[in-house]
Parts: sequence; structure tokens; C-alpha cells
Amino acid sequence: MINKILSTTVKALVLSGLMISPVAMADTISLGAAVSLSGKYSTAGNHTKKGYDLAVKYVNSMGGVSVGGKVYDLEIIYYDDESTPARGASLAERLILRDGVSFMLGPYSSGLTKAIAPVTEKHGVPMVEANGASRSLFNQGYKYMFAVLSTSEQYLQEAVNQIAEKAGKPASEITVALAIENDPFSQDIRAGVIDDVKRHGMQIVIDDKLPRDLSDMTSTLVKVKALKPDLLVLSGHSKGAALVVRQMNDLGVHVKMLAMTHCESAKLDDKEKFGNLADYALCAAQWAPTVTSEGLTFGTASNYTQIFVDEYGYTPPYQAAESTAAVLVMADALSRAGSLDKDAVRDALAATDMSTFYGKVKFSEAGNNIAKPMLLRQLIDGKYYVVAPANVAETDLVYPRP
Amino acid sequence: MITYINILIESPEFLAQLLINGMLVGAIFALIAYGLALIWGVMDIINFAQGELVIFGGYLTYTLFYQFGLHPILTIPIVAIVLYGFGWAVYNTIIYRLLGQKDIFITILATFGLAILMQQLMQAVFGPDVVTANPELGMQVLFDGSIIIPNIQLISFLISLFVGAVLFIVMRYSRFGQAIRATAQNSRAARILGIDIDKVYANTFAINAALCGIGGSLVVMIWTIHPFVGLVYTFRSFMIVILTGLGNFVGIIFAGMGISAFENVTGFIIGAEFQAAVIFCLLVIILITRSIRARKKREYIE
Repeated sequence: MINKILSTTVKALVLSGLMISPVAMADTISLGAAVSLSGKYSTAGNHTKKGYDLAVKYVNSMGGVSVGGKVYDLEIIYYDDESTPARGASLAERLILRDGVSFMLGPYSSGLTKAIAPVTEKHGVPMVEANGASRSLFNQGYKYMFAVLSTSEQYLQEAVNQIAEKAGKPASEITVALAIENDPFSQDIRAGVIDDVKRHGMQIVIDDKLPRDLSDMTSTLVKVKALKPDLLVLSGHSKGAALVVRQMNDLGVHVKMLAMTHCESAKLDDKEKFGNLADYALCAAQWAPTVTSEGLTFGTASNYTQIFVDEYGYTPPYQAAESTAAVLVMADALSRAGSLDKDAVRDALAATDMSTFYGKVKFSEAGNNIAKPMLLRQLIDGKYYVVAPANVAETDLVYPRP
Repeated sequence: MITYINILIESPEFLAQLLINGMLVGAIFALIAYGLALIWGVMDIINFAQGELVIFGGYLTYTLFYQFGLHPILTIPIVAIVLYGFGWAVYNTIIYRLLGQKDIFITILATFGLAILMQQLMQAVFGPDVVTANPELGMQVLFDGSIIIPNIQLISFLISLFVGAVLFIVMRYSRFGQAIRATAQNSRAARILGIDIDKVYANTFAINAALCGIGGSLVVMIWTIHPFVGLVYTFRSFMIVILTGLGNFVGIIFAGMGISAFENVTGFIIGAEFQAAVIFCLLVIILITRSIRARKKREYIE
């Protein structure tokens, strides 16, 4: 017992000592981030980190952030959460208590964000996250978490609207098949799609929940072949996207419209790997290099794309773009708050109303971005074209899928 | 659910499609399960890294296909040889330490640890992306397109049967096969009679790895793989072995094909999410009936 008290006191002393040191440091503001640099999310985690790094580099090169008349540089303290939620949560604790960061950037994926948000919330640390879209993140009453991306139930709703428009028959005759993985994030997508399907009065003929360790889709796809739905909605992370295009071809399954998520992470546009198997699939995207939004730091979306390509040698996926946007939003809030007080910055974040290369950012009470629509892109001959919503579309949607 | 049953009754071609697909790919699982049964029977080791060996084989095929332009089918012998060597090395570093362990948890822990190690290494080397090696061999279209059989599934079925047959003959008629069987029956007696049982063990484990590698080559040609999907193949082979018991070669083939076909049909009728659950229920029922039947015999087993 005495030992325990002693060790807690020692810990408290050590921690308070550490907490003072960053404040005494020179003119930088440290942002904390636990990102998946290894493990199953490492590809996307690295996109996230590059997005953050690029933003910090540009904000600093353009004179840094001015807070209450004093100019600060930004820096990010990174840890690798190894794609495991428990690790993410303990690293968030460590960033706040040991490294003394007062502001956080989000990790990659809804699962990790869900693990970290209670920690940042407990310590009253404002967090701007860019890669946790699950609807379940925004009904917890979190006060310190803000997300620049569109929430998951919006991912494929646009596809439902498109089929209603293009099918050329009354909505009650339109049939929809759902094959969606049985995890919280994908089920959010399903909930959104079902809302819209019901609103239009369409019929759902297949509603399969794919297992997490999906390895074969034969049974679901034979069902699709038998029932010939007008629209097949598929979401099962990158493995689902890759598997469905392979197996639809192998089993001779054809639908008029195929709407999916995770096309980018499955690299369906890589013709060397998938040939033209994925052609005319519709893919949900948070952002595309061709959108017409612009902001202060990076100018237009195509400007940002050019800068990213020059820096890293590949076209930025939306995971990188939204991560960059998160840093811009944080920098904007810091300068508007006029102090480094956590609650002042939190209030400034809540009042955010800005335009960036990534799109407009304005937060709801729950902390999600309500100013940016979700995009639907069609994959044609190895290239993505934005086809919906109408005001940002590059080309017309090709329907039915040839 | 009733709608789906009606579809199968009214249009039996869909039922045929499900059964044929299931049976063709089931042979691959039988191959992997046979490897598991082999080391289980001979060395009394349950290998939880079975699926990771499969995925490793798949990645080798993928790499040889994309980096060296080899046709995926032609990579199979290379993969088998590499995995044989790999299995030999794994035996001589890890597996031999587990022989004669009374506590089954030590073997399970060790092979499970090996599985995690292999997952992380494969992710570091091959990356976390989902990959597939499409051999683009076309398909057989039957009954006006209502039944479609990808040629790669036919070929992989034949390859699995061929490998299985070769193995069967080797085990039954060669000196080497006799040594393996003798060791499985009674390792002490085998040693007294001059069989180098360490060598037998190492070879057995290496053969198992090679079988998994061949299975993995076929898996990456038919479906997709990523570093963390190995457990599916471990469990499936485990289930097949439980169903048939050790040393029942023909049984394993039929169980492998039957489970996959059954799984396809249940997935069709009650949905993909319950596919695995139904199989596990089946397993429980089989184990219970078996233990009831065994109890009737009243034997004392040490």
C-alpha cells in the first residue's frame, strides 16, 4: 500500500516536471500524433503522416502560426501505434502526460480514433482528426474532437441517388444488393445506404454481411447472379474491393451499377494487377485532385496535388489530403484563439469556417465536417473521374456498366 | 431465406454452380489439411502457423509473377522447393524443440508465435496490400452461361489431386514413406530399427511446408491474399482434420471438398455472415456424436 502511494507520488512528480519542460521550450507548438506506421494500416498510416508533414512544412515556410502576436513554428511528435487500438490509446496518454502536448492530430482509421478520443477528451486536449469517419464517433458527445472528413454513412449514398436517376424505371422496381463487411465502420456505410434506399422506396434483395476474415465471396456473388440486382453496393476494406472484382469476373457476374469503397487502397486502378476488371466501378472518395476547392496555404486542389507529387513522387490519395487539411484547420484555430489555452483553442475549432484545397470545413455540434460533400468517382480505363455530385462532376456517369 | 431456397429449387443450375465451385477449391484445402494431419500424426504437433505458410507461398508466386514475369502456374514447383527448404529451416530452429512436450499448450503457443512472426515479417517484406496473381486462363461456360467454371479452379483441382496422388504413392511404397509411417506408429521402435527419426521429422515438416506453399500458390491465383489472412486457412485445415481424423487420406479429400461446397450453399441460403458459424456448429455436432460413440466402447486410454 505504502509502496503504491509512494510510486504514485513519484510518478506525479515526474510527470508534472515533464509537463513544464515543453512550455519552457522555444517558439514551437508541438502537436501529438499516434499514427499506424507498421501493422495492417501502415500504407494508409504513411499517407497520413506525409499529409501532416507536408502541411507543417508549408505552414512553417509561410511564416508559421501567429498566436496572440507571437509567431510559432509547428512540429509534430509522432508515435507508431502499430495499428492496434490499445497501443494507440496508451500512446495518446503518453503524448499528453509525458511529452506534454496540448493539441493532437488524429490517427488513421475509425477504430484507432475511437480508442484515442476518450483519452484526449479526458485530458481536455483538442484533437483534429482526418481519418476516422465512423458515425459512432460523433454520437458520444465528444467536445474536443473535430473531424475534417465526411462521415461514413455518406460514403455510398450518392450511388443510391444515381441509380434512382439513371435506372429509367420507377424506384419501387429498382433492386439493390448489399455485401458489406461486419465491422462498425462498414456497417455505418450500410446504414446510410439503407436510409436512402428506403427514402427512394427501392427493394433490397440481398443483404449479406461479409465476415471480417473474408477469403471467398462465391456464395454472395452467385446470389447476385441469380437475382440480377440493378445496383451492387460493396464495402469490405481493400480485401473486399480486390476480391469482388476478381471473383465477379471469374463467376461471370454482371450488374448495371457497382458501387464500392476502398478502391484506392486496393489499387484497383493499377492495370498491371487488375487489368480492366474494375472498369466502370463507382468508388467513394473524400477528395479528389480535380475538385474545385481552394484555400490559403496550398491554393487549389490541383496546386496541392502538384506540391505533393514534387515532394513524394506520387499522386496524393485522399487520406493524405484530409490529413493535410487537419493541420491547416488546427493552425487556423490556434491563430484565431489568440492563446495556447486548450479550451480557447477548442472554442476556436468549434467556430471554424474556412475554405481549403480539400474543401470547406465547418463543424457540427458533434464535431464532424458538414460543409464538404462526399464524392463518387468512376474508374474508367485505369483512371478515376468524379461523376457525382453534379456540381463537381468531371464527366457523366457511364450507365449501365458495359 | 425462403426466397433463396426457392431459387435453388427452381433454378438448380445455381445450386450446381455453388457445389462445383466449392468442390473444386475444396481440394486445395484438403492439400493444406493433409499437411497438417501429417505432422500432427507423425510428430504430434498442431501447427498454428499453417495458414502463414500458405500465405508465404502465395506471396512467392505473386513476386515471381510480377518481378520475374513467370506464369503463376509455373511458379508452383519453385514455391514448393523454397517452402521445403523453409520448412526444414523452421524445423531445425523451432519445431524440434517442441518434440516430446507433454503440455500441448507449449506447441500451440510456439507455433502461434511463429504465425505472428511470419505475419509481421511478410508485412515488412511484401507490404500490407491485398494482392492477387490473375493467371487469366479464361473459363468454361456451361448451359448458356448459367454455370461458369474458371479454368484456374479446374487446373488447381487437378494439381491438388496430382500432388495428393504423388504423396499417397510415396507414403505407401517408398522407403522414405515407410520410415515416416514407422516413426508415426512408434518412434522409439523406429529408432531402434535404425531409422534416423530426426531426419524423418525434419522431412515431414518440410513436406508439410511445401504442401502449404503449393496451396498458397493456388490461393493467390484464385482469390486474394494479404499478410493477415492466414488464420482462415489454419482453421479450415484444422476443421477438416478434426472431421476425418489423422491418417485418412481419402477422407481428407472428401471432407475438404464437402465442407467448401456445404459452406457455399449455406452462405447462399442464410447469408455470408453465418457461413463460418454453421460449419463450426457442424463440427461441434460431429465431436459430440463421436464422443458418445467412443464412450460406448469403454476403454482406458493413457
